[in-house]
Amino acid sequence: MSHSNDHHNDSHGSVKQYVIGLILSIILTIIPFGMVMLMDDPGVGVIWAIFGFAIAQVFVQLYFFLHLDGSKEQSWNVQALLFTLVIVGIVVGGSLWIMVELNQNMMPI
Amino acid sequence: MANNAMTSHDGAHDAHDDHEHHDANGLKVFGFWLYLLSDCILFSMLFAAYVVLSQAYAGGPTGAEIFELDFVLVETALLLASSFTYGLAMLGMNRGDSSAVIKWLMITFVCGAGFIAMEIYEFHHLIVNDMGPDRSAFLSAFFALVGTHGLHVTVGLIWMALLIIQVKQKGLTEAHRGRLMMLSLFWHFLDVIWICVFTVVYLTGVML
Repeated sequence: MSHSNDHHNDSHGSVKQYVIGLILSIILTIIPFGMVMLMDDPGVGVIWAIFGFAIAQVFVQLYFFLHLDGSKEQSWNVQALLFTLVIVGIVVGGSLWIMVELNQNMMPI
Repeated sequence: MANNAMTSHDGAHDAHDDHEHHDANGLKVFGFWLYLLSDCILFSMLFAAYVVLSQAYAGGPTGAEIFELDFVLVETALLLASSFTYGLAMLGMNRGDSSAVIKWLMITFVCGAGFIAMEIYEFHHLIVNDMGPDRSAFLSAFFALVGTHGLHVTVGLIWMALLIIQVKQKGLTEAHRGRLMMLSLFWHFLDVIWICVFTVVYLTGVML
């Protein structure tokens, strides 16, 4: 198996990979900026949309720039990342949940 | 990421002479990745604090009044371009071309320094106009979050300057390759954090 040689090339990407990553990132940056800057009265839907574009761009950069994928070599890196995302979800989601509830239920009358 | 160390070695038989060094670098890079993920948790706390306080203006300015999106778009472009050019430096390293590495690192450095210069200008502009971190909880959280990101980029720039000098003097030794890989993770990671910053802080801020 010529595994280790292949791996050596794959793991750092190629010009093509970086160019695709760059172009996708530019598109996923321009659209949300354009939506917010050009629309007269952006509503709540626009906030959801720009968050969607941000999440998409994060995944684009993780794949094309940081070269995280489903391969065996990346397994430990991806597992550690997934665990971190769970922690981040608990920290951010939990904080916002608690603070919004407090805000709604403990307002001075 | 050359994270060979944590995986089984099917190719152990056709390993090169410097396989030991690759393993050492692979472990170091994996350890550095774990540090970055803990850094990610630190940033997530700053984000949570910012979102909770994002409308606590205390009679001070709102996000819509102080954020200028065309300015932020240029900052974003600089950071994204620098992430791309760092990738090209890594490709130069894989070819063993130290002059390409130095050239692309210098371009990356200039883009990163441009980003930091713009951020310092923005912070200075806010502070002299009585909109510093002491004005409201919103501005405290804003300076804490964006400032922490800026501090990371600054540290990355110092690290990059040192690596440029090291590669210039000693070439692409195994130790320098490991450091270049770690800085590459660090730099791309900061760009990922910036995506969250411009979405959560600036784009959402001007709409509230």
